[in-house]
Amino acid sequence: MDALILQTLNGLDKGSAYALIALGLTIIFGTLGVVNFAHGTLFMLGAFCAVTLQRIIGISETIIDPTKKDFLGNPLKVEVPYLQAWFGHDTAAAITNWSVPLSLLLTVPVMVGIGVVMERGLIKHFYKRSHADQILVTFGLAIVLQEVIKHFFGANPIPTPAPAEFAGSIDFGTMLGFPPNAIVYPYWRMIYFLFSLFVIGGVFAFLQFTTFGMVVRAGMADRETVGLLGINIDRRFTFMFGLAAVVAGTAGAMYTPINSPNFHMGMDFLVLSFVVVVVGGMGSLPGAVLSGFLLGILESYASMNWIKDIIPGIDQIIIYVIAIVVLLTRPRGLMGRKGVMED
Amino acid sequence: MIKSELTRRGLLKTGAVAGAGLALPTIFTARANAFTNEPKADTVTFGFTVPQTGPYADEGADELKAFTLAVKHLNGEGDGGMLSSFSSKALNGAGILGKKVAFVSGDTQTKPDAARAAAKSMIEKDGAIMISGCSSSAVAIALQALCQEAGLINMVGLSHSNDTTGKDKKRNGFRHFFNAYMSAAALAPVLKTMYGSDRAAYHLTADYSWGWTQQASMQAATEALGWKTVANVLTPLAATDFSSYIAPVLSSGADVLVLNHYGANMVNSLTQAVQFGLRDKMVNGKQFEIVVPLISELMAKGAGANIKGIPGSSNWNWKLTDAGTKAFVQSYGKEYGAPPSQAAQTCYAQVLLYADAVARAKSFNPCAVVEALEGYKFDGLGNGPTEYRAADHQCIKDCLVVKGKETPDNQFDTLEIVQVTPASEVTYAPDNKMFAGGDLGQCNPGA
Amino acid sequence: MLGLGKKDLMFLLIVVLLTLTAPILLNPFPEGSAMAQFNAGYPDLMQRIAIFAIFAVGFNILFGLTGYLSFGHAAFIGVGSYAMVWMMKLLTMNILPGLILSIVMGGLFAVVIGYVSLRRSGIYFSILTLAFAQMCFNMAYSVLTPITGGENGLGPQIADPRILDAVNTSGSVPEVNLFGLSMRATYKMDLWGRLFQFNAGYYVCGILSVLMFYLALRIFRSPFGMMLRAIKSNQHRLNYTGLNSKPYMLAAFVISGMYAGLAGGLMAAMDPLAGADRMQWSASGEVVLMVILGGVGTMLGPVLGAGFIKYFENIFSKINDSVLHDWFSIFPKWLENLLVGILHPFVGQGWNLTLGVLFMLVVIFLPGGLIEGGQRIGRLFRRKPDAKGPAPASTPAE
Repeated sequence: MDALILQTLNGLDKGSAYALIALGLTIIFGTLGVVNFAHGTLFMLGAFCAVTLQRIIGISETIIDPTKKDFLGNPLKVEVPYLQAWFGHDTAAAITNWSVPLSLLLTVPVMVGIGVVMERGLIKHFYKRSHADQILVTFGLAIVLQEVIKHFFGANPIPTPAPAEFAGSIDFGTMLGFPPNAIVYPYWRMIYFLFSLFVIGGVFAFLQFTTFGMVVRAGMADRETVGLLGINIDRRFTFMFGLAAVVAGTAGAMYTPINSPNFHMGMDFLVLSFVVVVVGGMGSLPGAVLSGFLLGILESYASMNWIKDIIPGIDQIIIYVIAIVVLLTRPRGLMGRKGVMED
Repeated sequence: MIKSELTRRGLLKTGAVAGAGLALPTIFTARANAFTNEPKADTVTFGFTVPQTGPYADEGADELKAFTLAVKHLNGEGDGGMLSSFSSKALNGAGILGKKVAFVSGDTQTKPDAARAAAKSMIEKDGAIMISGCSSSAVAIALQALCQEAGLINMVGLSHSNDTTGKDKKRNGFRHFFNAYMSAAALAPVLKTMYGSDRAAYHLTADYSWGWTQQASMQAATEALGWKTVANVLTPLAATDFSSYIAPVLSSGADVLVLNHYGANMVNSLTQAVQFGLRDKMVNGKQFEIVVPLISELMAKGAGANIKGIPGSSNWNWKLTDAGTKAFVQSYGKEYGAPPSQAAQTCYAQVLLYADAVARAKSFNPCAVVEALEGYKFDGLGNGPTEYRAADHQCIKDCLVVKGKETPDNQFDTLEIVQVTPASEVTYAPDNKMFAGGDLGQCNPGA
Repeated sequence: MLGLGKKDLMFLLIVVLLTLTAPILLNPFPEGSAMAQFNAGYPDLMQRIAIFAIFAVGFNILFGLTGYLSFGHAAFIGVGSYAMVWMMKLLTMNILPGLILSIVMGGLFAVVIGYVSLRRSGIYFSILTLAFAQMCFNMAYSVLTPITGGENGLGPQIADPRILDAVNTSGSVPEVNLFGLSMRATYKMDLWGRLFQFNAGYYVCGILSVLMFYLALRIFRSPFGMMLRAIKSNQHRLNYTGLNSKPYMLAAFVISGMYAGLAGGLMAAMDPLAGADRMQWSASGEVVLMVILGGVGTMLGPVLGAGFIKYFENIFSKINDSVLHDWFSIFPKWLENLLVGILHPFVGQGWNLTLGVLFMLVVIFLPGGLIEGGQRIGRLFRRKPDAKGPAPASTPAE
């Protein structure tokens, strides 16, 4: 029982990341009709916004300390962050400590910019082209972006710790009457789960309760009619692309303490995000979120030892097994709309 | 824009001109040479296959830097590096057997297929006489088999699996890097002094061949100390979130977590394990501990503060104080501004060892080189007295036990050396059951 | 002749000629010159291009004709490779039994995967095929290691039985051959300052790829091909006419699966090691990219796309800094360093960047893929605008 609760918690957290990526991808893929192979890359770029902020905070002046030696035996160059020089040690330490949450302030504008530039500069010209061309151009873009990141940040994962206040874990088990250590859960993962609920709720509220959102939903359902009514649906779709980029980017930035960012993490999530979206059903935002959490939880269940003993390696393929089962029993995924990307 | 030095192909061109433009076909050219790619001009070409794209690109860049440096030193440029400390004096900085050393490089992508494509292009197009470099055992085994078929020498780069010199060993392949068995044997006594002999270990293991050999070695070594093994859980290669594997550890009754992961896998699993607060817990009345059997400098860098105090093993570290290490660190540091990694050291040493074997054998013939390397005892390459064992082509040498440093002095100061476990304690019989099933076969000169 | 029209026959003859003379055509630069770096006329790369051409041409029968985009064809490559190596281990180092088995196994897997996946269309079909291929990959990498060799791959060993071959006492693995002709055998010729390598393995691959190309040409021109095109243009309407399109779809899927199986078998025959990496989604994606890059639904497009990607992968990754310095050594030092600095991010460890940029340029400026570039160049040189329809090389699928 405790194991099941534990894996449900883990699954919710895994699912948060899946759901956020899938949400952004569905906005682009299921509504604008563009197969965006660069979506994983947006997730990666968001993560590197967090790294960039860390680097900006760490910009230092170099002081030579003659009392210490470096590895070659020369006097040691000590790097003192300007932040420390200006605000004193304690403030600088606090800012560095909180760099990941703070990076959201950088991630949001940067991702809006990237999303809008991407849509206006490139994707716009591919709305009418075949899906094959969309795949090729966005895949090319994904490679270029990740190589640029590799050029500046290297290929090695970069440590981006969560604030020290959120280190360690909470013991849920003792609250529920289980023995100690049965159900432990890290604070940062809880934060991430709450954050994802906040973002998902925000996106849905925005689409449901604002005029802008209503028009976008109408445009998703029938683009031509909305256009005939004299509404500039294109500009709204550009905005939606920016929104999708922000969702993916902030998901990436907040994920950095869990998964140390590296340049190819976008590709690692690419296939998975497509599976999540399609299992959820094309064109359905609730479907994407539901499928994200579902796959996350089932993946966690599959990694339990006694299940792995019965079916060795099930945790490696569970995602795909679920995808096949769902798609064979429900032709358009969990909540897909008819006629979206079926040809 | 003509290349300054004459290459093998340059010579072929001259030969063709001498033949008054006539084709002088040689059927099955392998027979025209005494062995594959016999160098006939005054240069000899080495082929370096390193990962340049994908997750291990930084490790590959390090390896290529070391290779470049080694070639420089062989040609008498730079400060000579470990040539001065190397016990054999057959090399004099004037190339090898009077030939200048040139090299070509290619990308393995850390995939066996891509690695073999790169190596084959070096063999067929560039006339490489030796292939070296890699950062995974799958690639090492693939390249070793290719060199065996083609009749070249493969000086394996970073490969830690027991299989490389175990069931997949080849007569034309040589490994300088240590292996999973030696890691475990070096680490076990240190673990005993650090954590005692009454411990229960929980293994998380990357689900592929290297992970399995690493885990089997660690389990055998720790059980010999009296530790219990609570569970061994295999994790998918592509996993980035290990929470569902880490979470059950605390309630399993284990008090040590062994992470048989490498590269980004290890960085993520360690980071997440620390995030779960494992290291702050007390289990069975003991402090919970984490062990990472194989640690590299790049992994330590990627794990950041989480690596502090975590024990593991390394093939080599730049903080060693022997003459060879000092010379190499000086030479490499001046050239590239950072201390070399263990991958760089093993690649550098491999090139020197190959060149030296050729010089001693007075021939580039792979079979002569094999003979010169088998059973060869040397010193001064940073690992203390070392033997290239004839029975399985594994270097038998001291192994390092390292620990993540608590208070680093500078950005490179990530690991500290706990102990140098002497070669005698990590030696095993070539027919040890973890290495059984292979056959070196005959040496193949390709003719 | 050969059941082809006059135009198609000419086209096929040109392809045959290009295949036979590839070792010469791909070696345009003299040995030792700075440009020799760009020569592609060495056996391994030519073999790879021929093999991937088979794979891409077969994939195009499915994707180009029916419009169904499979993201799982790498699974058949892997199955074909394992079948070939197992034949080498158990029966003989002669590649013929292996090739036959790899086609059969590719076909069998395609029947199973195709039968299930074809129950859905569009993106749902793509994800189903992807899911099957990823399952194959993950299983082959871990749980199925006794059969597949797992991470280390599967290769012939000295101790293998090889019941049809003579007893092996040489202490090494016998050479891969076709009735005694070693796949490594190479006839080298020094001519005009160039070294031409005529490799037996390449000609096996080349001849098979021409055969497969001919077969694909016949399929494209057949009533069956017509039916597949009808599926692409409007499957619903086709179904309403009372025709069951399923068997046609499945046939196309299985044919392309057998092409992939053959390609996988050849890969293992040229280089006797089968690794699970071949089945990964990135390998499935690669063939999709090849076909789109070359030109979907055209005959020659997939071949061009396969050659393009393999060329960049193998040639550009080998240009390192010392090669760059060699090229520019005639310039003053500062200019040399500047030029090297500019090119450095695009070659060697940056070859992926060049490939990504080229993907984008091709798809932005040549919407029909590389083949359209060829047509545009052709049109430039042609005197009068050709109104009699496009050349056979570019017959679109619609």
